[in-house]
Parts: sequence; structure tokens; C-alpha cells
Amino acid sequence: MNTFTDSFSVAAGLVAHLDPRFLAIVDLSLRVSLAATVIAAAIGLPLGAAIAVGRFPGRQALTIVLNALMGLPPVVVGLVVYLLLSRAGPLGSFGVLFTPTAMVIAQTILIVPIIAALSRQIVSDAWAEYHEQLQSLGASTMRAALTLLWDTRYSLITVLLAGFGRAIAEVGAVMIVGGNIDGVTRVMTTTIALETSKGDLPLALALGVVLVTIVLTLNAGAHATREWARARFG
Amino acid sequence: MQVRTPRGNGRGRALDEPVAPTGLPIVCATVGVRRGTTQLLADISTTFAARTRTVIVGANGAGKSTLLRVLHGLVIPSSGSVMWGGRAQHPKRQAMVFQRPVLLRRSAAANIRYALDLAGIHGAEADARIREALAEVGLLPLADRPARVLSGGEQQRVALARAWALAPEVLFLDEPTASLDPAATRAVEHIIRDIHARGTAIVMASHNLAQARRLADDILFLHDGRLAERTSSSTFFSRPASALARAFLDDE
Repeated sequence: MNTFTDSFSVAAGLVAHLDPRFLAIVDLSLRVSLAATVIAAAIGLPLGAAIAVGRFPGRQALTIVLNALMGLPPVVVGLVVYLLLSRAGPLGSFGVLFTPTAMVIAQTILIVPIIAALSRQIVSDAWAEYHEQLQSLGASTMRAALTLLWDTRYSLITVLLAGFGRAIAEVGAVMIVGGNIDGVTRVMTTTIALETSKGDLPLALALGVVLVTIVLTLNAGAHATREWARARFG
Repeated sequence: MQVRTPRGNGRGRALDEPVAPTGLPIVCATVGVRRGTTQLLADISTTFAARTRTVIVGANGAGKSTLLRVLHGLVIPSSGSVMWGGRAQHPKRQAMVFQRPVLLRRSAAANIRYALDLAGIHGAEADARIREALAEVGLLPLADRPARVLSGGEQQRVALARAWALAPEVLFLDEPTASLDPAATRAVEHIIRDIHARGTAIVMASHNLAQARRLADDILFLHDGRLAERTSSSTFFSRPASALARAFLDDE
């Protein structure tokens, strides 16, 4: 069996020759998952901080639900978004099904719980340390939440990465709402699934190698940033 | 009763003397604090006047920290009442320094700026206060250093500078030197004297009797959540009135 060695040379070839179709697939994957991460961060970080700092009824229940939703199956998210966006669905008139926009929506729904739940934990730990001092200085709850988000920013990078990692690695949701249309909604994971089923294992594995390399590089970068920040800012 | 140290107030502009409406005196009437089944404080009736230095002493668990938090409005009493300058509403012109300094992940100067911003002080006024406060605690050269990588003693001085910049009527300190070495402790005590000399009332919890003797005008002795004795510092250390205080002084 030399599928593995084959695939590495195929991967090297794809990267070396900057194959335009290959680049388009990688580019779309990155853009969809980055967009989903940015939107999910805009929703999930304030939500996590609000649950950590706020005192309102149902807070405990919300925490449990968010933690549970971290394990949301992508195919279920895909199916629900599909139903919402399909012609007959409530949001069908926007006509975004089988476009990258639909993929961004599905991935955002998938990772908002991850970002919210993990940031809630981080902000909640910081709140335990800071709350008397912030209260002493007269910070409102809203101001305290923003202060804590900013103060834990280097830890929150890891949270965003966890969300991005989940988004770019999932296949079920983007397959359903994107449709894996060549040149339009085909991303790395859906290509891998397709090429595997067609029997082109080296190409599938080559894309897998690229995917893992991207995720590894991002994580290494985030880790380095955190370590640097810890040494620099304490 | 009032002891003014000779230095302080000499440098820079005259800092805002407390303006009316004032949050002093603080009057506690039969204050009690209960957590679950534990009575942390019971039946505390006492007064804290402007410009005095009161040190709260007592064994661990006597209720020193809880009383400070009640006076600062961080803990709401379960019974009794606290009035600040005749008002039931907790005033803004107070500051508190905790045993472990809580500083934000930003520079020393930015930590003070944050506190001033919350107090509604911005711009050139804030700049001047930050410089003055950091100079006061001897940390002006470290103004732009990230606060959290400073030594423990330096961090506590930043916390004191933050309190200084706010020019509070009263400063609460909860065992501010408990985790510091002797040199850092001396520096902190020196700053506390300066803050007092500027007209700020000091209310400090300490289990260090030597420190209480050095800093206090008044001693408030708590035992088991109750006010066992309150008297001038000299009287407390030479002829304590209560048997509990005598036993406490003998133990230490």
C-alpha cells in the first residue's frame, strides 16, 4: 500500500503547481469558515461574557444548554438550515440555499455554542478574581463584561480557534446546505468525501494533508501568541 | 485623636479636599451579616469619622474582611443599617485595596486610567493624576510596564496609586501587606501614611499588631463577628479594657 506516499506527492504537487481548482477549493474553505468564525465570535463572545457576569433567571439552564449544544451534530444543523432556506421554507425567498452564504450560516450556528460556552468558562474564572475590584471601582455589569473579555483576550484566541477548527473540519452541514457544487460550493471536506467515494484516494488524502496542515499552523500560531502574551503581559 | 504626619500635601497642587455632599461619617447600627447558617458579623454599632485612621484587628475569621466590605458597600448587611454621611446610598468617593492586588492586563498607567474613567475623570486631569499617583508610590519609571508582570510589592503599590488617584474620602485596606516582604511592607505603610496625610480616612484590616500600632489612631477589635472593643491605639496596646483583647494581645 503506498496510498500514503502517493498522497503526499500529490499534495506536494498541488501546492507546488498552485493548481487553480485546488486553490479555489482551499480559498473557499478558508473564507467560509473564517466568516462563520467572525460572525460566531460577534455573537458568542458577548453571550458567553453576559452569562458569566450577569445574574438573571435561567442562567444556569442556559449554561447547560450551551454546553450540550457544543456537541451539535453537523448533519442535524445542515438539515435544519436546509429546511429553513429551501424554497418552501420560511427563509426560502432569500434564495441562498446552495451558496457559500448558506454554508456560512450553517457553520455559524454550529460554532456559536462552542465559542459561547468556552468563553463563558474563561470569563467566569476571571470574574471570580476581578469582581470585587471592579465592583469597588464602580464598573457596571456591562462594563465589567467588556473589561473581562479584553483582559482574557489571549485565552479567547484559543476559543476562536476551537470554533474555526470545528467549522473548517466539518463536512455534514456544508454538504447539505452547499450541495458540493463544483466551483461554487465545493470545499476541502466535501471534496475529500467526494474523491473518496470516487476512489481517488491519493487526491482525497492530499487534501486531508493540506487541511491538517492549515489547522496545525493556525494552532501553532495561536499557541505562540499566547505564550508570548503570557510572558509579556502576565 | 487625630494624628497628622508631617509630610504629604507638599507636592503639587492641593488635592481636592472632600466636597459636600460627603459620605462620612460612616455609621453602623446593629449591623449583622449572615451567610447560610454562619453569622459572620453580629450587632456591630460604630462610627468612622473623616480623616481618622482605624485599624480593625482580630483573629482569622473574626469578621474583619466582611466588615470592610460592608463599609465599602460590597456586602449588604442582613440586619441593621449603614449610613454614609446620613445617606443610605453607598457613596462613590471611596476606594479599596485588597490583600492580593487585582490589576488588569494592561500597563500600570492604564490601570489607573481605567479607574479614573469609571470615576468620570478623563483627559488632561486624568493624565495629571496618573503621573502624580505613580510618582507618589515611586513607580513613575514603570508607568508603561504591563502591571501584571511587576513584583508583588510593585503591584500592590500600583493598587495604592490607583486609590490615590481617585482621591477618596476614605480608603479601605484588607490586609494589604499580608503577602509582602518587610521592605515592600514598609513602602506600603509609607504610602498609606501619605494618603492619610492628604485628608483621606483610613480603615484597614490587619492581623499584624506591630503594623496596627504603627498606623492606627483607633483600634477596632473584633472577636467572633462581634465588636469586642474600640478604643484609641495607645489605650488598646497599654491597657485593653476587655478580657478578650487582653487574651488576644497575650497570644500575639
